[in-house]
Amino acid sequence: MQIPAAPRATLTRGLVSLCLYALFSAGVAYADDMQDANKFLRAGQHPQALASVNKALAAKPRDPQARFLKAVILTEQGNTKEAIGLFTKLTQDFPELPEPYNNLAVIYAGQGQYEKARAALEQSIRTHPSYATAYENLGDVYAKLASQAYDKALQLDKTNTGAQNKLSLVREIARGPVPVAAVAAKEPAKEPAKEPAKEAAKEAAKPPVVVAQKSAPAPEKPAPAADARAEVLKTVNAWAQAWSKRDAEAYLSHYGKDFKTPNGESRADWEKSRRSRITGAKLITVGVNAPKVTMNSANQATVNFRQAYRSDSFKATGSKTLVLEKAADGRWQIQQEKSG
Amino acid sequence: MRLFRAFLLAAALLGSNALANPTPEDRLSGVFQAIEANKLDEAMKRVDALIRDHPNFRLAHLVRGDLLLARTRPLQTFGDVTKNVPPEKIDGLRAEAHARLRGMRQRPADDLLPRLVLQLHSQQKHALLVDSRRSRLYVFANDDGRPRLIADYYVSLGKNGIDKAREGDQKTPVGVYHVTANLPRKMLTDFYGSGAFPINYPNEWDKRLGRNGSGIWLHGVPSDMYSRPPRASDGCIVLANSDLDSVARYVQVGTTPVIIADEIEWGDAAAVEAERKSLAAAIEQWRSDWQNRDTDKYLAHYSPKFVAGKQDLAAWSDHKRKVNAARRWIKVGVNRVSMFRHPRERDFVVVSFEQDYRSDGLSNVMHKRQYWVKEGARWKILYEGAA
Repeated sequence: MQIPAAPRATLTRGLVSLCLYALFSAGVAYADDMQDANKFLRAGQHPQALASVNKALAAKPRDPQARFLKAVILTEQGNTKEAIGLFTKLTQDFPELPEPYNNLAVIYAGQGQYEKARAALEQSIRTHPSYATAYENLGDVYAKLASQAYDKALQLDKTNTGAQNKLSLVREIARGPVPVAAVAAKEPAKEPAKEPAKEAAKEAAKPPVVVAQKSAPAPEKPAPAADARAEVLKTVNAWAQAWSKRDAEAYLSHYGKDFKTPNGESRADWEKSRRSRITGAKLITVGVNAPKVTMNSANQATVNFRQAYRSDSFKATGSKTLVLEKAADGRWQIQQEKSG
Repeated sequence: MRLFRAFLLAAALLGSNALANPTPEDRLSGVFQAIEANKLDEAMKRVDALIRDHPNFRLAHLVRGDLLLARTRPLQTFGDVTKNVPPEKIDGLRAEAHARLRGMRQRPADDLLPRLVLQLHSQQKHALLVDSRRSRLYVFANDDGRPRLIADYYVSLGKNGIDKAREGDQKTPVGVYHVTANLPRKMLTDFYGSGAFPINYPNEWDKRLGRNGSGIWLHGVPSDMYSRPPRASDGCIVLANSDLDSVARYVQVGTTPVIIADEIEWGDAAAVEAERKSLAAAIEQWRSDWQNRDTDKYLAHYSPKFVAGKQDLAAWSDHKRKVNAARRWIKVGVNRVSMFRHPRERDFVVVSFEQDYRSDGLSNVMHKRQYWVKEGARWKILYEGAA
């Protein structure tokens, strides 16, 4: 369960120049309108959100961010037909962006059109082999299709198949960490892009383990920084363990009050979705591999690691970045979480 | 290593078969081949195409479900259905997969013959043999009296297996039968699919053992399914409709033998021929002793356990002595002889022929059936009657 949407929108290489251009020309009004639209969307005020995004689009009709946002608003309004049209057009104009494919899939899955959803998600992954949200959604769609196939095999009643699907709609186009070039270079390497099933089968014998970095042998007088690093790492491992135990409360307790939700949703919505994901799985293991702790200041640390996530329905390995801050009570808590 | 080579050979055979005209079963096997080669995308393509052409092939849907599920997590088992369904439903499909694969991959070598078929008569163009352990029906063509395997099909048999004895026991009989009628689709409900061929259960031997029940047919499946699990019928032999249509081309009503066995035993041609010859010689001796009115020698061909209708050996002997003594000459012709070993029984052969009996008294031509058993070193007649 990784929803990759850093609050700052970073576009793929092809779009960077477009964006710079946008900033210089369309200027402040566009930015304000987009900000308003996002704000209204978060507040559930869809008509106002739509009005704002339409203003932004008036200034920049081809802008992918604005078109994407409009399609998201329409989706949330239930205007799926128009949303499908907009997302589809985005996939044609910007085939390198995985998010429109992902959201198309979410809409198709919502309509029970799982084959179409599958095709869109597979396209999304072809576009961006490390796109975790698409993987997770695709896992859900495959499971759904498998269930339908079993129904046909066993001639089961189809009364149950309307079960809620839990695919994630992405609210922003937001590709992984900058710099873009570096990401592009390392992406195709390790992801199980083509045959996750095969990978999964291979890995089945050796369940990932929560790997704690061995703290260096303690010198006689430990430097304060090393102390803090060890504490941070301890927190990250405790977080991964709570997640692995599917202890949603313990897991959520690691997130600070000012934690930035990945898609800008409300804290309550985010917690609800995390709870349902975590308690809904029969099995989860989260491995923290090769963690690297950087102390930004005495009270803030950034931890980079390879996250090996596996549940009964999904498996993915990807890079993860956590920004932790030391709260007043001395506890380290997660303030930001980024995938990719 | 040997296994691997055997597999390659099987794959090559299947490959050539598939070129000609792949059956849905050939194609399913192709899906499994792709899975075994770890080409899961290819397997998915193949199973999708198979389902497109045969949307009622439930087993194919099960395999597709597994292929999809394997993309999300490692599979625990074949047919990894986690939803709450009666396990026997999945077990049936698993058993079908197993039976189909085994049937396809364990075809007998070309130089082996079924030991059950000693001789086909000249008018019997084909013989049908059912191997119930393999859930397979084998079709043999008649090559100068010798069987030659030309086709084989997956079949479903009785829910409670084989060895039928009682009405309603949901078992398929074991024995030597023949097709007695051809019931076309339009005479039947959809349940029987594209047609039906009743067989003569219970036959003379079954009746003698007190077995009852009736209505054992070869038939097809309802239109909403491609096939049924291996143990699914009330005792009938059930084939996919397309397979039943193929088998229908081989069937001669009243003539085509249907032999149902636990397992078909295969032997080399020389061994089968030696057995055939020894019995053929006994039959010829019986014929000539009768024709020569050497009644003692003639009656010596009959077993002490002989029974025909209400006659035991003593009654039969009395009758034959009287008749033979009254004749000045007898000519006996024995034509169109077929010989089938009875499954399960040791040295027990069902012999059928056309008997051309002429004498200074009565003359007639009739179809006759005899059961020959080996007592010590000698073949003896256990039963004789009109067929």
